[in-house]
Amino acid sequence: MRYLPHTPEEIASMLATIGTKSLDGLFDSVPADCRMTDPWPLPAPKSEWELNDHLGQLAGTMRLGPNAKVLVGAGSYHHYIPETVRNLAGRSEFLTAYTPYQPELAQGTLQGIFEYQTLTARLLGMDVVNASMYDGASALAEALLMGLRIAKKKRTVAVSKAIHPHYRAAARAYLAPAAYEVIELEVLANGRTDLSGLANRDDIAAVALQSPNFFGVIEDLETASAAIHDAGALCITCFTEPLAYGLLKNPGQCGADIVCGEGQSFGISRSYGGPGLGMFGCKQAFTRNLPGRLVGETKDLEGRRGYVLTLATREQHIRREKATSNICSNQGICAMTAGMYMASLGGTGIRQLARLNYDKTQYLKEALIKAGATIPFAGPVFNEFVAEFPQDFRPAHARLLAKDIVAGLELSALYPQMAGRYLFCVTETIDKQTLDTIAAEVRA
Amino acid sequence: MNEPLGTGGLILNEPLLWHKGKKGRIGMSIPESDVPAAPIASDLLGTDVDFPDLSEVDVVRHYTRLSQWNFGVDTGMYPLGSCTMKYNPKTNERQAATPEIASAHPMLADDLNQGTLRILYELQQYLAIITGLDAVSLQPAAGAHGELTGMLIFHAWHKSRGAQRHKILIPDTAHGTNPASAALCGYKAVPVPSDAQGMLDPALVAELMDEDTAGIMVTNPNTLGLFEERIREIAAIVHAKGGLVYGDGANMNAVLGVIDAKKCGIDVLHLNLHKTFSTPHGGGGPGAGPVCVTRELEPFLPVPRAVKDGETYRLEDNRPQSVGRIHAFHGNFGVLVRAYSYILSMGEAGLKKASQLAVLNANYIKEQLKTVLHLPYDRPCMHECVFSDLWQQEYKISTVDMAKRLIDCGFHPPTIYFPLIVHGAMMIEPTETECKDDIDQFIATVKTIVLEAAEQPELLHQAPQRTKVRRLDEVQAARCPCLIGPSGTGD
Repeated sequence: MRYLPHTPEEIASMLATIGTKSLDGLFDSVPADCRMTDPWPLPAPKSEWELNDHLGQLAGTMRLGPNAKVLVGAGSYHHYIPETVRNLAGRSEFLTAYTPYQPELAQGTLQGIFEYQTLTARLLGMDVVNASMYDGASALAEALLMGLRIAKKKRTVAVSKAIHPHYRAAARAYLAPAAYEVIELEVLANGRTDLSGLANRDDIAAVALQSPNFFGVIEDLETASAAIHDAGALCITCFTEPLAYGLLKNPGQCGADIVCGEGQSFGISRSYGGPGLGMFGCKQAFTRNLPGRLVGETKDLEGRRGYVLTLATREQHIRREKATSNICSNQGICAMTAGMYMASLGGTGIRQLARLNYDKTQYLKEALIKAGATIPFAGPVFNEFVAEFPQDFRPAHARLLAKDIVAGLELSALYPQMAGRYLFCVTETIDKQTLDTIAAEVRA
Repeated sequence: MNEPLGTGGLILNEPLLWHKGKKGRIGMSIPESDVPAAPIASDLLGTDVDFPDLSEVDVVRHYTRLSQWNFGVDTGMYPLGSCTMKYNPKTNERQAATPEIASAHPMLADDLNQGTLRILYELQQYLAIITGLDAVSLQPAAGAHGELTGMLIFHAWHKSRGAQRHKILIPDTAHGTNPASAALCGYKAVPVPSDAQGMLDPALVAELMDEDTAGIMVTNPNTLGLFEERIREIAAIVHAKGGLVYGDGANMNAVLGVIDAKKCGIDVLHLNLHKTFSTPHGGGGPGAGPVCVTRELEPFLPVPRAVKDGETYRLEDNRPQSVGRIHAFHGNFGVLVRAYSYILSMGEAGLKKASQLAVLNANYIKEQLKTVLHLPYDRPCMHECVFSDLWQQEYKISTVDMAKRLIDCGFHPPTIYFPLIVHGAMMIEPTETECKDDIDQFIATVKTIVLEAAEQPELLHQAPQRTKVRRLDEVQAARCPCLIGPSGTGD
């Protein structure tokens, strides 16, 4: 096996040094009744070339290739990824390093993460951003736990029903053992969250909204954060599409206290939903309640600028069970990748790209309306929206699929009362011709 | 082979991103718009984002220079204990980047994603076979996420039996994240001290285990690199009191093909695919921490599960007793593809051989270094061995000094000051992918450093000197945290 360098002579000589007769003898401390005895029914080992063939065959069973036009976002977005980002993120000095416990040997990772924290903080309007969480869903769960820690005695949080259903499910799973109550807020006719239920309550630790929300609708975060603060709660906002903040007012500007979400849009492949990137930031006042790793700037013995993991006193290896979270390994190379992507876009580029997503989405929305579709939620959108159709859309959906176009995600599995409604997503990867083809099928 | 690895390299400076670039540059290609500009309400519009504008060359040079300040497994030996920094095969990167797989969308219908579903299903099967347990969830995104999932399963199982419990036993030789993972589920951690041999004592477990204790979290082999020989006895005690046994499988690289987790009495076990199964650690992730359980606990695993009907694969989420979702989709799928590729490349014989050689390498280092470094627990070790700085204290040299001197000599240091039960610990895990020549060079280097500690201690106190930066002021970093760059510094 090419990963195992030992020759039989070396093994013999090393065993002699140790004073053990055989490799099996190294395991004499393992009692017989703990032993694996049955052979493993695993496939025979594959050569590199056989492995290529095998994965090639599996790839062949995927209905869609990389050039298919997938007009589905719902938490996983198709954006172009520059070759530079792939190439630089694939550098093995970054990829094959561990968490930077020895900062002198990891300044590349550390400066790169510090830059990621900074650019993300600027994008979201936050004072502090951590080195990453696992994904958007677990980030939301951790944000709610953080809200409960800050509020101390309150045991209830509220989440909008317009937050990604999978994110809400993760939040429920995380909060279930401690028996925290999770209230779900209804969605108004315009697709925004109904906050009227907060008016008479003072027992809620934190309220979470998503913007743009699962239906693509941009929440009125300024009004919402004021209402949430009036109820004595912290305002948490989450997102699945960070590109939106290249165009829209950022959550910090709108009054959010904690912002979390999924950063996959920034240079990371969809890859069947992972690895992605949990982005997580907060206002300065809450820094010491923040979960996750943080990189900070400092100086070395000679006064040179350098970076280290810091504020470890919040973390599990020092605070043990009192830690702000149990997160250890996070999504390091994904955060580096997002940093590279944000650097490649720049302030000018992110505006232009966000605008392009917005314009194309509006184009499809208008084209579908002209073709007879209706838009159930009137609220403004960024690059996703919900449509419904005068006739059963399934045949048109199937005809488009035959052309390698996935025309939206039917919502009944996630929202049973929304059967027949489709959630569409349009990014820069979808050309006008594809949008026109979809509209034509709706008319047909 | 006697030539030292560490030399002074050509190290270039590189400013922070926002001190580079010029307004109006761009580093990536954006398609021309082929649709009309749409109106947008002014109250939605944000101000310009304060990112620096960089060209493609600016970006490439920036990150290339940063990368050269880093040390990875591809650079050299990385004997970081309990982290299993083995070689990360290049072919695994290619497999994860297979275009149809890398572009797969997680929200589409199962009939569109048969290939990725099959990978999930088969990897679940393979990990069950390898651990001896019955069912697997691939959703946890890291080891600590696996621990949390395991604790959620403990909690849900106890709840299903009608009586909730409030404590959990955690030995002092367990991994550092265990108490925090248990605390997330409301369990109070009850520490279990190990005995003079570094092992868990069943009598003590029997004393501490009661009917308000949910179970025990055991790291086996433990963080001293020792196999908990009485694990079955301990499991029986915990089970008799109605508790469950959690196995932290972070150290699985020692015992592939040797132990059967189910026979050991383990009910829930997590694996670290970024350790044992060769996926790269990425400077801090993404990892993957699949959770393997007994048949009895299968209903509690996170949803969705990947299942097979005839020749078709599908996701199944109708499991009423499940702890629910702990990730938006299927965990770090790209990492799972790499581990799947590794298992297919290694096969049964290769995986078992890997553990044998990992243990061989660790014992070889232990035998050769125990004459110069204090070895607090002198027993046959598994995949790692733990020394201390006891014998260097007379020269006022501590573990950190030896670790930093190793950097100047071209090696990544071992894990230091962990486990906590060894004062001044140095935890060395070579892994199986290091060859004898490199290990001999590492041993010779440590021996030289030990001599230097007595004869030229200043060399150690001043180390490292050949890196981009020297020792960093961590106290200052924590006292006046600077966690993001100042705003308004973009050009």
